[in-house]
Amino acid sequence: MSDSDVFGGRGNRDASITNTKGMGTLDGTRRSGPTGPGHAGDPFLIGENMTGGYGKGPDILNNCTISVEKGEIAVIVGPNGAGKSTAMKAIFGMLDLRQGSVRLNGRDITALNPQDRVKAGMGFVPQVNNIFPSMSVEENLEMGAFIRDDDFRGTMEQVYDLFPILRDKRRQAAGELSGGQRQQVAVGRALMTQPQLLMLDEPTAGVSPIVMDELFDRIIEIARTGLPVLMVEQNAQQAMNIADKAYVLVQGANAHTGTGKELMANDEVRRTFLGG
Amino acid sequence: MDLLNALVAFLNFVFVPAAAYGAQLALGALGVTLIYGILRFSNFAHGDTMAFGTAIVILFTWGFQSLGISLGPLPTALLALVPGIAVTALLVLGVDRVVYRFYRARKSPPIILVMASVGVMFVMNGLTRMLPYIGVNEIRFDDGARFVISVREFRDLTGLTEGLALRSTQLLTVVVAVLVVAALFWFLNRTRSGKAMRAYSDNEDLALLSGIDPERVVRQTWIIAAALMTIAGTLYGLDKSFKAFNYFQILLPIFAAAIVGGLGSPLGAIAGGFIVAFSEVAITYPWVKVAGYLFPDWQPGGLLQLLSTEYKFAVSFIILIVVLLFRPTGLFRGKSV
Repeated sequence: MSDSDVFGGRGNRDASITNTKGMGTLDGTRRSGPTGPGHAGDPFLIGENMTGGYGKGPDILNNCTISVEKGEIAVIVGPNGAGKSTAMKAIFGMLDLRQGSVRLNGRDITALNPQDRVKAGMGFVPQVNNIFPSMSVEENLEMGAFIRDDDFRGTMEQVYDLFPILRDKRRQAAGELSGGQRQQVAVGRALMTQPQLLMLDEPTAGVSPIVMDELFDRIIEIARTGLPVLMVEQNAQQAMNIADKAYVLVQGANAHTGTGKELMANDEVRRTFLGG
Repeated sequence: MDLLNALVAFLNFVFVPAAAYGAQLALGALGVTLIYGILRFSNFAHGDTMAFGTAIVILFTWGFQSLGISLGPLPTALLALVPGIAVTALLVLGVDRVVYRFYRARKSPPIILVMASVGVMFVMNGLTRMLPYIGVNEIRFDDGARFVISVREFRDLTGLTEGLALRSTQLLTVVVAVLVVAALFWFLNRTRSGKAMRAYSDNEDLALLSGIDPERVVRQTWIIAAALMTIAGTLYGLDKSFKAFNYFQILLPIFAAAIVGGLGSPLGAIAGGFIVAFSEVAITYPWVKVAGYLFPDWQPGGLLQLLSTEYKFAVSFIILIVVLLFRPTGLFRGKSV
C-alpha cells in the first residue's frame, strides 16, 4: 500500500493521535459469491487441489488437498514455511484460491468470505490476536455467540465445563490471563457459535509443555463429542499422536498423508520432521 | 467565620465554575476518546463539529421560542438538543460516507484519517459560520431561570460577607453530564451493540469473524459521538456563550483531557476533563481574596494569580507535555504508548 509510506510512516508511530492496536487486516467489505452443490462421496470438509497465495504474490499452495471426516482430528504438520497456516487460511477463505475448491457438508463454499463461512458452520481460532483482550472472559464468549439469536447460556455452560478455569475467571479481562488460559478463551469463543467444524491454527504456540498436554486433552475431548477438528501444529510428534489423519506439507504441496501412527512409522517422515 | 468566607469564595470563584467547565470538557473528551478507541484516529474536527451542533441547537431554540414553546425554568435549548443531535448525526454520517469510509475500506494507516479530519475541521469551520443567523458573533441563547441561588440570596440566607452564586446552567451542565455518562457506560458495558463496539475496538478481525458488522459499529460510534459533541457544545454555550471560534480553541483542553485520562479510556476522559478544568481555573484565579480571609495579617504584593487568564490555554499545553513525557498512557492506562 502506498499510503503507509507517507513521510516514512512516522505519524503512525504517534500513539497520541493514531491507534493501531487491534486494527484489522481482513477486508470486511468483500461480499460472498454464491454457494454450489458438493460432489457425491465428499468427506465432511475438503479443500481440494488448492492453489493460491496472498494478494498478487506467488503461489504458496500448490495443488494441496486437505480433508476431514466427521468425528476426526486431522492435523497439518510440516517444516517452517511449508504453507501449513496458509492451507488453513485458504480453507477459511482468507486468501484467494486460483484453483481448487472448498466444500463443507455437501456445499461448495469456495466463493464465501470468512464471515459467511463462520455462519456456514466453521469455527476458526487464529494463531494470534484470537481474543478480545480488554473484555471479560464471559464477554469474549458472548461475542463468539454474536451471530446466534437463540439462548446461548447452555453452550456457555458447556464451554465452562470443558475449561473450568474460565468459569472462575469469567469476570476477569481476557488480556490479563496466562497464555494457556487465553488459548482456552479463544477455543471457547469459537465453540460458542456451535460450529460443525473447529479449525485451530497452532493452538499450542508459545505455551509450556504441561499446558500443551492439557490443551491437547481438551481438543481430544472436543473431538469425542463428534465435532471434527482440523489443526495446524508446530509440535509434530504430539500432534500426530492424537491425530486420526495427518498431512505433511512441503512447499505448499501434500508430501505424505496417513494416520498419525502410519506417518510416525514412516522412516522418511521421521528423519525429516521428527528428528530421528 | 473567616474560614467559612474563604471556603465560600473558593467555591464561588473556583470550584463551581471549574466543575461546570470540567463536565463540558469531560463530555468533549469522551467523544474524542470514543472515536480514538473505535475509529482509531484523533478527530481534529471535534471542536468545530461541536460548534456546528450547537449552532443547529441555537436555530431550533429560536424556532421553538418563536412558536412559544418553552421548558419553564429550564432552557429551551434542552428541548432543541433532540433535533440538534439528529441533524449533527446526519452530518457526521455524511462526512464519514464521503471522507473517512474511503480510507477505512482501503485500510489506510490512521495518520491519514487524522489528516483528513484536519480537512474536515476547516470545512466544518466554514460551514458553521455560513449557517443563517449564526456567523462569527457571540450569541447568548440561555433562557429560563438564571440562578439556582444568587449571591444576594446566599448572603441573606447565611449572613456571610462572601456570596455564592450557582447559575442554573452550571447545575444543569453537571446534572446532564452525569446522566449522559451513566447512559454511555450502561450502553457500552451492558448492551449487545455496546459490547460489539468494544469488541471491534479490541480486535477488528476477530469482531468481523464473530459476525459483527464493522460498518454498523462505525455508524453507531458516529451517532454517539455526534450526540456527545452536540450536548457538550450546547452546555458550553449555555454556560458561557456561543462563539464559533471558541469551539475551535476548546479543542486543545479537550485533547489534553482525553490524553491525561488515557486515550481510549472513557473513565479517563471524565477524570481528565475535571483535572484540566480545575488546573486551568485554579492557576488563572487571583487567590488574593481567599488568602485575605485565611491569613488576615498577610499583605501580598500582587493578586496571587499564577498566570493571567489570557494564557489559560498554556495550562492545557503544559499538562499535555508533562503527561506525554512522564506517563504517556495517561492516568487510566489508555491505549496510547
